[in-house]
Order: sequence, then C-alpha cells, then structure tokens
Amino acid sequence: MTESTEAKIWQEVASPFCGIASDDLTIKVEGNTVTVQENGDAITKKGFETPISDTQARIQGKEVSLEQAISHATDLLRNSKQPVIAGLATDLNGARSAMALADKSRATIDHLHSKAAFRNILVLQDTGWMNTTLTEVRNRVDLLVVVGSDIEVGFPRFFERMVWNEESMFGQEIESREVVYLGKTPSGDASTSPKGKKAQIIACDDADLPEVISVLRALLKGKTIQADQVGGIPVSQLATLADRLQQAKYSVVTWSASMLDFDHAEVTVQNVCEMVKELNAETRSSGLPLGGKDGDTTANQVSAWQAGYPMRTNFSRGYPDYDPYLSDTNRMLADDEVDTLIWVSSFDIDQTPPPSTAKTVVLGRSGMRFEQEPDVFIPVGTPGIDHEGRAFRTDSVVSVPLRKLRDSGLPSTFEVLSAIEKSL
Amino acid sequence: MLTKLTGGRVYDPAHGIDGKVQDIYIRDGRIVDAPTDGKINEEIDLRGKVVMAGAIDMHTHIGGGKVNIARTMLPEDHAADVVARTELMRSGCGHAAPSTLTAGYRYAEMGYTAGFEPAILPINARQAHMEMHDTPIIDKGGYVMLGSDDFLLRMMAANNDQESINNYVAWTMTHSQAIGVKVVNPGGINAFKFNQRKLDLDEQNKYYGVTPRDILMRLAQAVNELGVPHPLHVHGCNLGVPGNLGTTIDTMEGINGLPMHMTHIQFHSYGTEGDFKFSSGAAEIAESINKNKNITVDVGQILFGQTVTASGDNMRQFAGSPHSHPNKWVCMDIECDAGCGVVPFKYKDQSYVNALQWMIGLEVFLMVDDPWRIFLTTDHPNGAPFTSYPHLIRLLMDKTFRNDVLSTLHPEAQKASHLASLEREYSLYEIAIMTRAGAAKLVGLADRGHLGVGGAADITVYTDHVDREKMFSKPDYVFKDGTMVVKDGELINVTWGTTHVVKPDYDISIEKALKPYFDRYHTQKMGNFKMSNDEIVDDGRGSLTIQPLHKGGAL
Ligand SMILES: [Zn+2]
Repeated sequence: MTESTEAKIWQEVASPFCGIASDDLTIKVEGNTVTVQENGDAITKKGFETPISDTQARIQGKEVSLEQAISHATDLLRNSKQPVIAGLATDLNGARSAMALADKSRATIDHLHSKAAFRNILVLQDTGWMNTTLTEVRNRVDLLVVVGSDIEVGFPRFFERMVWNEESMFGQEIESREVVYLGKTPSGDASTSPKGKKAQIIACDDADLPEVISVLRALLKGKTIQADQVGGIPVSQLATLADRLQQAKYSVVTWSASMLDFDHAEVTVQNVCEMVKELNAETRSSGLPLGGKDGDTTANQVSAWQAGYPMRTNFSRGYPDYDPYLSDTNRMLADDEVDTLIWVSSFDIDQTPPPSTAKTVVLGRSGMRFEQEPDVFIPVGTPGIDHEGRAFRTDSVVSVPLRKLRDSGLPSTFEVLSAIEKSL
Repeated sequence: MLTKLTGGRVYDPAHGIDGKVQDIYIRDGRIVDAPTDGKINEEIDLRGKVVMAGAIDMHTHIGGGKVNIARTMLPEDHAADVVARTELMRSGCGHAAPSTLTAGYRYAEMGYTAGFEPAILPINARQAHMEMHDTPIIDKGGYVMLGSDDFLLRMMAANNDQESINNYVAWTMTHSQAIGVKVVNPGGINAFKFNQRKLDLDEQNKYYGVTPRDILMRLAQAVNELGVPHPLHVHGCNLGVPGNLGTTIDTMEGINGLPMHMTHIQFHSYGTEGDFKFSSGAAEIAESINKNKNITVDVGQILFGQTVTASGDNMRQFAGSPHSHPNKWVCMDIECDAGCGVVPFKYKDQSYVNALQWMIGLEVFLMVDDPWRIFLTTDHPNGAPFTSYPHLIRLLMDKTFRNDVLSTLHPEAQKASHLASLEREYSLYEIAIMTRAGAAKLVGLADRGHLGVGGAADITVYTDHVDREKMFSKPDYVFKDGTMVVKDGELINVTWGTTHVVKPDYDISIEKALKPYFDRYHTQKMGNFKMSNDEIVDDGRGSLTIQPLHKGGAL
C-alpha cells in the first residue's frame, strides 16, 4: 500500500469488514472523515465511512477518563465468578489480548459469529474436509455450486473477484464458467457472467436442503434413488448436477454458514464436505466456506494456536476447557450464568451485546447505540482505520495487514484489554 | 553482571571440545572471556555436570496454517494433556499439536533453545510468524516453501535464466522472513491441482511440462548462488510409497554435488521386498549419504502412539487419508502457491509397517557415519511429538535399551531388519553435534549452537545419568541469552527469543514481473503480501536477527 501525502489518498487498502478481505480499495481521508473512492461496496463503505461520534469512555452513561473506565472494568472482572469475553470483533492483537485476559480472569471466550462458524468447525473436528482458497478459485473454478446461500449479500464482490475476473492463469475461457445455486435464489445479478449468462437456480426451501444434499451425494455415489423428486426438485435435475460435478475439472462448492440458518446445519455442511472428498476419487473438487466477518476467523485462529481450541473455550478451571455447547455464550447469557460480560465489537456499531443481566463492559466502535446502557463503555479504534492490525480472511490462510489511516486518538482493543489484564 | 559457570564437563563440537572440564563466563547474554580482574557477580557450580549449547530443532512444525488446522481438529488429543496456568506460564495444551505457549515452555524445559518451522508457505508466512511470535523462550525461524508455486513454474516453463530465478527466490525469502528454502514433493502439489496423482522425479507436470528434477536443480542452484547457508531443504517425491528408495537415491545423486538437505529421510527409504512388499532401504540410503558429502539429512524418526501428520504434500496426504486415525482429515489447495494435508495417525508397534518404519529410522541413524550430516528429528509431529526426543536419544545411545524395545515389536518386522546387529551407540559428543553444532551450521546460525566466546549464551546443563532419557528430559539448568530459564527441569523465567532470517540480495526489477502477476491472478496485492520487519518486532516482544550469508554468494 502506498500513501499519497498531499491528498491523503490511500491505495491498495485492505478491508477487514468482509471475509474476502479485498485489498484493492482506494480510500480518501480528510481529518477523521474516511471515504471509499474506488472498489467499495455496501459493506466496505459502511465499514470505512461510519463516522466517529463519541470518543469519551463512560461508566453508567457518565463520561469518565479512559483510566477510570479501565479501572472499573478491572474491578468488575476481579469480582466476577463467571466472566465472559465475547463479541471479539477485533484484529490479531486484539484477539491476543483477549486470550491473555481470559486466561488470567478465568473467563469463557466466544465470538459473535460463533453460531455460524461452528457449523463448519464441528465438521472439521468430526470428519474434516477438502477445501480451497480464493486465488485458486479465481484461476481454476469451472463449476461453482452455491449451497443454500445468497452470497452476494454478505460478500458483494465475490463474483467480480473470484469468478468473473478478467483472466485465468491457465488460459481458461472465463465465460465458460458455470454457476449453480442449490437452495436459495440469489437476490441480485452478481453471479451473472459478463456476457449475461445467468446462474442456474435449483431452488428449494432451507428446510429441504439437508435432504436435497443427501440425495445429491447419494447420486454421486451411484446409489439409486426411489423418489422422483426431493424438496420440490426433480431427482433427474440433481442427477444432471451430479454428472456435471463429475465432469468438471475443478469444481468448487461454496456456502456461507451464516445463511444455513436451520437446526443442525452442520450435518448438511458435513454432507457437502464428504461429497467433495468423494468427488476427488476421480476428479478435483473443493469446498469453500465463506465467513470471516467481524474478525471471526482471526479470533478462532488465535484461540486455536494459543489454547489449542477454537472459540467457546472456558478457562474457569485454570486451563482451557472446550465445549461448543456449554460454552455457547449466547446460551450462558440467556440462562443468567454470566455475571460479567466483556463485549468487544470494534468493526460494526450495530453489533451490540445481547441483552442480559450480566454487568457489561463494551469495547465498541465509536457511535455505538445501546438499548441498555452498559456499565462501562469504552470507544475503541477500528483496526485498519484508527490503528494498524492484521486480519485473517475467510479461508484461514491469507491474512492482510491493516493500516492506520487517521489519527483519531482512539485506543486499540489490544491497549485496553492489555491494561485491564495488567491491573487485574 | 558476570556469571561464571564453574567446572562443568563441556561438549562443544564446534570447537572440538569433547568432555573437557572448563569454566564458562556469561555477560549481557553472551559468552565472554574470563574477566582479567577476576570479578564475578554470580557463580554456579557445575562440577560433575554435562554442559552443551542449547539444542536446536532444525525441523519442527510449530507454526502456520496446517499446524493450526491440526490443533483445531484434535480437541480430544489436547484433552488428555491440558496445561494449567501458573504464576509464570499461560495455560495451554500439549501432545501432538501443542499450543504455541506450551510448545515454547516444553522445548525450553528439554534444553532446546531454538526451533525452525520447515514449511512456511509464502502466502501464509504472516501466520507462521504470528504463531512463532507467540512461542516463548526459544528462537525461531523458517524455511519458505517453493517449487509448486505457479510463479516459479511459469518462469521455468518460459525458460527464464537462473539469475531471474535467483532474484525471485531471494525476493520471496526476504518478504516472507525466511532463513532457508524448502521444496515439498517438487511440483507435485501443483500437479495435484491438475488432477495428477503421482509425480516421479522425471515425470512432467501436465500443464507446465516441468519435472521435479528440473525444479530441484533450479532451486538448489538458486540457494547456492545466493549464498544462503542452509542448503535447499527437500521433502522428496513419493513420500511413504514402498519402493521410493530408488527415487530418493536418484534425487541425492542427481543434484550434481550441490548442497542439499533431505528431510525426514526415513519416509523416503522404503523397498518392496518380502511378503508384505515393504522393506527397509536404509542400508542403500545410508551408503549413498555416506558417499555424497554434499548431502545432509534429518531422519523423521517415528515413535509409537497417536500423533498427527501435517504436510504441504497434499498429493501424498490425500493418498494417505484412508489411514487417518481418528477418521478425519483435511486437504487444501492454497492460493496458486502451495497446499497442505493434515491426517491424524497412530503408529502401532504391532503393525508390520509401523514397526519397520521405526527400525528404518534407527538404521539410518546408525549407518550414516558423519554426525555433522544427520540430524535428530521426528519431523514433529509427523513421526512423533517433539517431547519424545529424550526417548529417541536413549534409543541412539543405549544399544541394550534399543534392542529391548525392538524385541517387543511386530515379529515379522524384526526379521526384516538387521537393526539388532548394529552395535553403534551415539556418544554425548555426537549427540551434541547432531542437536547443536551441526544443526547451527546447517541452519546458518553463526552465533548459536556453540560455547565459544562471542556466542549467544544459550546453554544447557545436564546430570550425567546412565538413563539418557532421564538425563535429556530434565536439564539442571537452561540459559537463554544468558538468563536462567530452567532450573532442575522446571521453568523459572519466561523470555522471548529472536527470529533468525537471512536477507539475500536481489534485483528489484523482479517486481516488474511480480506486481502484474499479483494484480492479474492473485487476490492479494504484492504490497500486502510482503511481510515487513516491523511485523516480526510486532508488539515489541519480537526481534529480528539477520544471519550472515556465505561470502560472495557461491560456496
Ligand atoms: Zn516436516
């Protein structure tokens, strides 16, 4: 990334706001006002352009110094019997400091997108997968199957960057790429090719998706299906899709777990992943889970290397104790098991803590509004705007450096959590 | 502050010192001369003790994407070895894929003061260094993986000259903060993306027409011409395939005398004789190593029990996935750069194949003559977790113990090996070569692995116990950069080691080709791919140590 000093125009800026972490943005900065000039979309614009409003910490709604807020948060944590550190929408060093604090305060850690993330993590821990990453997709995909997800809502530039890019390294005719939606119908035209070829849509209700995927996998295994249709889809149509998957040289099956919002969606993800593995007996095929929003990949990565486990790990016994069900902090909060909640949400002012009876400390992006004023609010900087940082992309492989674009004086999550840890 | 370590029996092969009683002086983290005025602030009595430099693990998977997949994937393995927080130490977990913090503590407790991650994908370098940054006490560094990356293969297919390849290699090393270059299943990871399922030494990549032999030659030459001290680090073709010994020997002898390091050679030393069509090729492999002085190897010894295999070699890991235990595994294609495969595995002493793998590793250890050219590894965690090193050292130093273990293994495998007849027992001096002096020389660490004046005060002190496993499990003292970090086998201080790199020169014109390559084909910009020196320093705890290149490039 380069800085043009005169106009304060930043080139090749990476976005931490969506899981594909596009890093070709041009950003203009005037004082504290940030504008996405090139390659923006609804998500990156909101992410970069949300203005700073409050910069002062508060205790019970009253403005205090940062030191007072930190000291009050420390007291709450010191007296807590069951603390939770959640939200965890932050960057690498924010996640590191949250882990250190959780270890010291014997807290439970969780991320605000864990519900979706665990639809994938449980599969990784049970049977695994064969996955690919964004640059491979960009250069190799010949058949993209989108399972149960309207991905352009969450990842507006996915098709532009990974499917309808100008050229493939391997001389593939880009226009020959095919897109099939299985389940949800896309809300826009991002999946339409440059020359106007529309994606094929094989629609069904979410509720029928598990069965549809099971039938598709069974067909690929050469099993005979008695029914004529499943979830309103003719089995012959699924048989054709199975055939295309077998013929394809590098198919990619993608899903956004947040959109597979039905009970035990992990079983469907598992069926997809096993199907992809089985396809690799003859040809190449890969899964591509799309997620990584609000730092969820980063939080899970750091937790995995520091504790050995992903989110939903509890340190109350002095060592990491992983339980994806008991340590689901939404459940814990709803069941009044938590007395103190530290909520970290530095990317999105709308990601506020879930309502609960716990004493609540929020490290939030400036401008956050609350239905219920937290006990402590500390406005923190946004990684990649107010301070430097690093963030993982959806594929858990690539991480991008985040730059400090302005001098807002807002502290980083790392600074605040580290200060709490030190004074604890 | 001057500390005197008095009267220890010193094993310092870098200076030819083999068990001589002598004093060592430490000041400001370095080994210094005896003070002329005789003034000493602190004296530690080491009479009767064994003193060596801190041990160096030259090949251990401690950081990066595939290691973290292994961690996330194995909650049940961690559960049996969770580690509670103490006043001094963070909590974590151990066994096959330990947390970074626990890994650092345990290495130090075993007398190790450095570990090198052997498979840093350029595109994942940032993560590998983040993890190593969170690994306390030990120094670290890594070898960057090339050979299946499309940029190199495109250059080779276009017949670019060696100089431009040298530039690309140096550029990649610099911006991924590496100290060496590794190649894994040369070109095979790439070929797998084109649905090739095997790639022998002279087999062509379907798309590029390039062979593994070409890739090895180009990269070995680049590393040599750039003056990088660590020779090209090679994970060869056909890992784990019965009968691969021929390819392995061909690989070693075909490199035309260029320096080359063959890693986890045990996995590449298999014949096809006998009823099981699986036999030991250790004798032929050792003979070739003994003959070809340009070759170094580490063994990748397997030890029995549950572990996890994590490799860049997705072609071979996919082939091995039916053997996963427990039954779960991951393979990934990665960023037109590389790939990975993570397959949990349990080595069983009553399995013919596993028992023979154990014997093959030990045979190689015992039949390679020169301890300066063979290194003690389990390819952590692929053959076994690094915490089993003291056990492995005992197997090497104690023939009776070795043969006692051998006699309990699969009976048919025992008949297929002449391990029982090998008399050799490693000496303390030879262990110090393999794990200190030789390792430092191989990695290219000028100031580590020895106890001479000017060297870093990374020092391990042992009690000379006849049970070598006991001896090497619990050092009396470990000093890291002069600070006592371990006393009586217990951690007493937590420090943070440095990251060792080299910075070979390159012509910036290589970016004229790289920038448009990133713009057109990649999903990350070239500028954001580069890992800065500041990222190693990070929150202030990290530091960068630039090791010297061999003078004038070529050796
Ligand atoms: Zn290895």
